Amino acid sequence: MSVLFYASGAVALISALLVITRVSAARAVVFLVLTFLATASVFYTLGAPFVAVLQVLIYAGAIIVLFVFVVMILNLGSEAQTEERSWLTWPVWVVPIILAAALIVQFVFAVSSPTSATVNVQHLPINGTASHDGQVSAQAVGRSLFTTYIIGVELASMMLLAGLVAAFHLGRRRGAKQK
Amino acid sequence: MTSIPTTHALILASALFLIGAVGIVARRNLLFVLMSIEIMLSATGIAFVAAAARWGQADGQVVVIFIFVTAAAEVAVGLSLLLAVFGQGKTVDSDKISTMKG
Repeated sequence: MSVLFYASGAVALISALLVITRVSAARAVVFLVLTFLATASVFYTLGAPFVAVLQVLIYAGAIIVLFVFVVMILNLGSEAQTEERSWLTWPVWVVPIILAAALIVQFVFAVSSPTSATVNVQHLPINGTASHDGQVSAQAVGRSLFTTYIIGVELASMMLLAGLVAAFHLGRRRGAKQK
Repeated sequence: MTSIPTTHALILASALFLIGAVGIVARRNLLFVLMSIEIMLSATGIAFVAAAARWGQADGQVVVIFIFVTAAAEVAVGLSLLLAVFGQGKTVDSDKISTMKG
């Protein structure tokens, strides 16, 4: 299981790097699918099969479909790719990579430092709803979702409705009001 | 699953998150900026699932489900904004969108 974790983690990192360096949007979407599927595999190896299934359904399914539709609607041709290539010169990458390298050093140091709280809590006893193999079942997630976090579910439904109304308003054709 | 250290999962999550952050800063195409935001959101999901696995509780996974809902709403609004911007200026360059028209 841990081999699967490291392999799919490496796939996720490499394909995410390929997403942000691609010139063609369609190819970037394909690598984005690979990133999400590898992330779903990471979720599974971390003992979250229900979230892994949701990741495949929502991210690799619904969200990717939206991206593919937008890529097709925009229909950017080869001149857009040459323009994109002119944007992606190496000085563009220098500052973000320096900042990200500084942050990753901080993160790794904070997470793996023996004095940090993250390592200290590893001595606490593990208790909870996980089964003997460390997996948290969909039943436990659902019970927690609809009892403790029921307010969050209500708020999420209102946010989805707001997103639906906003997307409908933004997507409606100009001048359709007069008709 | 217990054989995977929480530290490694958190380092994976932060590395994926920072790749998304680099993508947001470096890319000018708004479509790639939205893709980088999606990478960052799913990276935060890895951190929450790692925490849920560490304590064997379902709470972390519940938060990941809320992140999914947020990502779905965000991508719907973001992509329709992108299409509206493209319909007005025929460009997806985030540097050229410096003026707003009511």
